[in-house]
Amino acid sequence: MMDIQFQSFIPIKKEWDIVAARQQGRDMSKQIGFGSVDQARIATAISELARNIYLYAEQGKICFEILDDMEHKGIKIIAKDDGPGIPDVGKVMEDGYTTSGGLGAGLPGIKRLMDYFDIVSEEGKGTEVTVQKWLR
Amino acid sequence: MRIPILKLHNYLLISIQTELDDKTAIQFQEDLLNKIHETWASGVVIDLTSVDIIDSYIAKVLGDVVSMSDLMGAKVVLTGIQPAVAMTLIDLGIHLKDVPTALDLEQGLIKLRQELEE
Ligand SMILES: Nc1ncnc2c1ncn2[C@@H]1O[C@H](COP(=O)(O)OP(=O)(O)O)[C@@H](O)[C@H]1O
Ligand SMILES: [Mg+2]
Repeated sequence: MMDIQFQSFIPIKKEWDIVAARQQGRDMSKQIGFGSVDQARIATAISELARNIYLYAEQGKICFEILDDMEHKGIKIIAKDDGPGIPDVGKVMEDGYTTSGGLGAGLPGIKRLMDYFDIVSEEGKGTEVTVQKWLR
Repeated sequence: MRIPILKLHNYLLISIQTELDDKTAIQFQEDLLNKIHETWASGVVIDLTSVDIIDSYIAKVLGDVVSMSDLMGAKVVLTGIQPAVAMTLIDLGIHLKDVPTALDLEQGLIKLRQELEE
């Protein structure tokens, strides 16, 4: 059984919310006990997720959960929006694929930064990306 | 928020001490190019010791600022990238291959002098 210790979310509407979200993620991961490298990984993944919401969906939210099932602790982050969705999820997971002149490193990068990655997107409905990192 | 740019002889020195949000990063790019133009600086050191996150957007802005400065005739060296930031960049698949880097400000200045003498 997963005992949820703490849940919160940060709405993403303006550019500064990207910073607020990654700072919240860093604070939480520090509190959970993650070292500085994993804190940077988690904060960076959140920054990428929040910017994607801001750039492509205009608004959405980043939800945070502390995971604690007695054996291990971790953090779960869900990035959710009601934006245009992604027509070809396979394509956006390729390194370098971008529709905005970015580096296209975001989504494939987030997958490498975290332990668990899942993306669900429907055209015209929105996108939901779930990631997790476990404390080792 | 504006990032201060210091002039030392024909070099420009920048130490980024604030959280790099997107607007600050773009403003900095513009300010630096203007300053290179105004001062005819031949070298630039950007010290990132206090920066604890570089995501793909900030990496792109930094990479672009290096190429743009190069076009204007000024060499840029990035210094002080934290170990955690370096590891995160590699995970993101960003290698900043063509960007000169050095351990700290002092090494950065030495590197600039070498590059400019070549
Ligand atoms: N939340 C989202 N809603 C709609 N499209 C998205 C979303 N996130 C990513 N995308 C699409 O996926 C592409 C790849 O995203 P990413 O890997 O973060 O690279 P970049 O942001 O540099 O383009 C984007 O260019 C965009 O077309
Ligand atoms: Mg992106």
